[in-house]
Amino acid sequence: MKRLAKGRLLFMLAVTTLFLAGCGEPFISTLQPAGEVAQTQYDLMLLSTFIMVGVIIVVTVIFLIVLFKFRRKDDKIPKQVEGSHKLEIIWTVIPILLLLVLAVPTVAATFDLADVSPMEEKNEEGKTDVTVVNVKANLYWWEFEYPNQGIVTSQELVVPTDEKVYFNLLSTDVKHSFWIPAAGGKLDTNTENTNKFWLEFNSEKADEVGNIFYGKCAELCGPSHALMDFKVKAISKDDFNAWAEDLASMEEAAQPETASAEQGQEIFNQSCIGCHAVTPTGANAVGPNLTTFGDRTHIAGYLEHTEENLKAWIKDPEEFKPGNKMTDQYGNLSDEEIDALTDYLMGLKVED
Amino acid sequence: MSTYAQKKGVGAVLWDYLTTVDHKKIAILYLIAGGFFFLVGGLEAMFIRIQLAVPGNDFVSAGVYNEILTMHGTTMIFLAAMPLIFAFMNAVMPLQIGARDVAFPFLNSLGFWLFFFGGVFLNLSWFLGGAPDAGWTSYASLSLASEGHGIDFYVLGLQISGAGTLIGGINFLVTIINMRAPGMTYMRMPLFTWTTFVTSALILFAFPPLTVALFLMLFDRLFGGNFFNPDMGGNTIIWEHLFWIFGHPEVYILVLPAFGIFSEIFAIFSRKRLFGYSSMVFATVLIGFLGFMVWAHHMFTTGLGPIANAIFSVATMAIAVPTGIKIFNWLFTMWGGSIKFTTPMLYAIAFIPTFTMGGVTGVMLASAAQDYQFHDSYFVVAHFHYVIVGGVVFALLGGLHLYWPKMFGTMLNEALGKITFWLFLIGFHLTFFIQHFLGLMGMPRRIFTFNSGQGFDMANMVSTVGAFFMAVATIVLLINIVMTIAKNEKVGGDPWGDGRTLEWALPSPPPFYNFKQLPLVRGLDAFWIEKMEGNKEMTPAEPIGDIHMPNNSFVPFVISLGLFIAAFGAMYHNEHSWGIPVLIIGMLVVFGSMFFRSVKDDHGYHIHKEELMDDDKGGKA
Repeated sequence: MKRLAKGRLLFMLAVTTLFLAGCGEPFISTLQPAGEVAQTQYDLMLLSTFIMVGVIIVVTVIFLIVLFKFRRKDDKIPKQVEGSHKLEIIWTVIPILLLLVLAVPTVAATFDLADVSPMEEKNEEGKTDVTVVNVKANLYWWEFEYPNQGIVTSQELVVPTDEKVYFNLLSTDVKHSFWIPAAGGKLDTNTENTNKFWLEFNSEKADEVGNIFYGKCAELCGPSHALMDFKVKAISKDDFNAWAEDLASMEEAAQPETASAEQGQEIFNQSCIGCHAVTPTGANAVGPNLTTFGDRTHIAGYLEHTEENLKAWIKDPEEFKPGNKMTDQYGNLSDEEIDALTDYLMGLKVED
Repeated sequence: MSTYAQKKGVGAVLWDYLTTVDHKKIAILYLIAGGFFFLVGGLEAMFIRIQLAVPGNDFVSAGVYNEILTMHGTTMIFLAAMPLIFAFMNAVMPLQIGARDVAFPFLNSLGFWLFFFGGVFLNLSWFLGGAPDAGWTSYASLSLASEGHGIDFYVLGLQISGAGTLIGGINFLVTIINMRAPGMTYMRMPLFTWTTFVTSALILFAFPPLTVALFLMLFDRLFGGNFFNPDMGGNTIIWEHLFWIFGHPEVYILVLPAFGIFSEIFAIFSRKRLFGYSSMVFATVLIGFLGFMVWAHHMFTTGLGPIANAIFSVATMAIAVPTGIKIFNWLFTMWGGSIKFTTPMLYAIAFIPTFTMGGVTGVMLASAAQDYQFHDSYFVVAHFHYVIVGGVVFALLGGLHLYWPKMFGTMLNEALGKITFWLFLIGFHLTFFIQHFLGLMGMPRRIFTFNSGQGFDMANMVSTVGAFFMAVATIVLLINIVMTIAKNEKVGGDPWGDGRTLEWALPSPPPFYNFKQLPLVRGLDAFWIEKMEGNKEMTPAEPIGDIHMPNNSFVPFVISLGLFIAAFGAMYHNEHSWGIPVLIIGMLVVFGSMFFRSVKDDHGYHIHKEELMDDDKGGKA
């Protein structure tokens, strides 16, 4: 009898897991955890779901019995029952026990996920031994600074897999919230204090999604809140180091390779460079760093990475991200100028 | 009283309602105003669902969408759910405790008009340059950055209507403490009265933090304050704390009276006294108390640190215990009973599984480590709609059918009522169940659009279809109300046949003085006790005597109007020179009418006992 119950439980567990895993896309779903944090949270979800489904089943059974058994059949007045101490104690004590079962792992996980002590330990060079990213949230884009590597990128977060990555989160304007659902829960980017947490990205899961996870802003921040997406490129530690070294060694902007791109560079240097850097330094910029623009997978964080989209975006950013800070900052550019600019921007690459 | 009203012209009826201090008429005012705002909030909800039906939709623009979502939340909480609950509290609670009115009839009227003018002010933002757009939570950094006057409408409108709510809460507290009929001890009070009592206490402690928060925001936005400006040493997290110290108890302010209404419905239509009455009372008080200890669970991702998160996590889970006690007590009230499936009872029955769902997702949200995933995702949207629609709105709809005869003397059509119920129930689960999964699949809340290819398309479409079911249900309800008013078939004092508490011992609607003689209460379910002993009426606790009644007054309307005018002055004083004068004029109207009220003695009037005797001979109305 006991074994049967256990078998049934395992079966239910398997079915639920399968069912939930069918939910959503692996690059964005919390139900297909791609790292230690998301896995911890997913396990807690499963545990609480099982407890709660148990509660719901008990309630439903009593509920159905009541509905079928105690319909009004005649005009008799039923016995007026005051209550039952025994029953009342039962349904006070059992829920308390169930909640304890959930509370203990919850508290343990809460402390575990908040443990950022390794990022506080500095070595002789004043750097940390772990990967640290300083995230700055802006209306409506993200800046990622790697203090150990001395580089800055934006919109696409590059992280090494299979190790804890530590984040310092801060906002430069209004409150946002930093969320990579597949990798783990969110943390707000406040305007007055730096929040810290860590995430981990599993290399196998990263392979499954072509190394790209989706990130979101989860706190209402204005008209284009819905479009404040970013992408996470999770690559192996070696690839990450190579990428970071490539970027760090760049002392001047990538040189244009075609005549049109050269023309684009001139326009860029007149109209854009005030806000957008094309070398991987200078944190706290006004606009997103474009050093690796050609390597990105998306334009403005959410549009497909095509020349047409880039041209349309430069022509009228307001149409895509209402309330953004780029609109009207660079005068009117002619179509030729935009074409040239596009050639130039698409050529900004460090990867091959 | 309605017979008198029919003889009067429209103007006279209107004047009567503008000046009334009768709790039953104020209840009707709350019902009409709250019902109107419910429809407005519902319309906003439909716009939200239409916009999100398909990916990349452009039914409304991003900015307008934010205004709609803000106004949907704000309207539904402050201008629909609260006043509708106040409608039933006003209509029923004084009758349930055997009182002739509330303790302060004048304040009762003032509370209503403040709410009403605050609500109108807030909604005028649609026509005066744009509604607030920072969410109903209006977090400080965003709301200070918000352009235009939307947030000012939010701050001033809620300040005015919040004052009305606070006044109402204090009034109910005093009424329940002081005005119970002879024999109506605390432990004989019907559960709806108990929940009104606890809710009023919550209002007393929860609204002042909101008032403070709104004042700070007001000064930041309009008078150069820097309370929430980090560059000047301010702090935006303070707003989050103040808002949620109010905001979490607010949830219980809404849901406890809903529990009260359901407790009445279960007992009436099961023909059984409430199972475990004293543990129900205890659980209500405990929920109210714990409700103040858990606000930071709305801020798990703010970065308060693991110690605060763990404490608030466990404290929040503890609330599940008294709530569970209630669910089982309701089930066992029906157990062994004789259940009649009327429309109110259908809502109560549907409430149990629906609210249990909302409760268990609440426990999941309480668990801080998981909440980092749920927070600000559609999972939360699903959760609070299960609680607020499945708990509060079901109670309001059930309560509307249950108390309609007591308030108006006619019965809503049962067949149409059941059609509304089924459409609403199906639509509700269709809309919101799938939103749990949308959240888990990574969809943040408060987004005006989404790209396809993220797995959100189908579920959003299903959700929108469900919303239309609820819209149709609401239309059927409106038809039902219009038909019932047109038919005007009067019913007796106990139209459901199984009334247990004092309000059912009175005619429907009750005479304006409620009880000719205050009733003697001999136990819980006082009217039921008399019925079981073969009595048709309550045993009186006093001989027939003169009844002291308050005079009608137009002053509450004028005070509220003054604040309404002053609010416009405050809002525009930075850009128009007439701002400050209008502010001063408005405040003069307020203080002038207060002064008038203070110096002019108004002793009310007496209904003489001969008139009461005559009423008897003239046949019972």
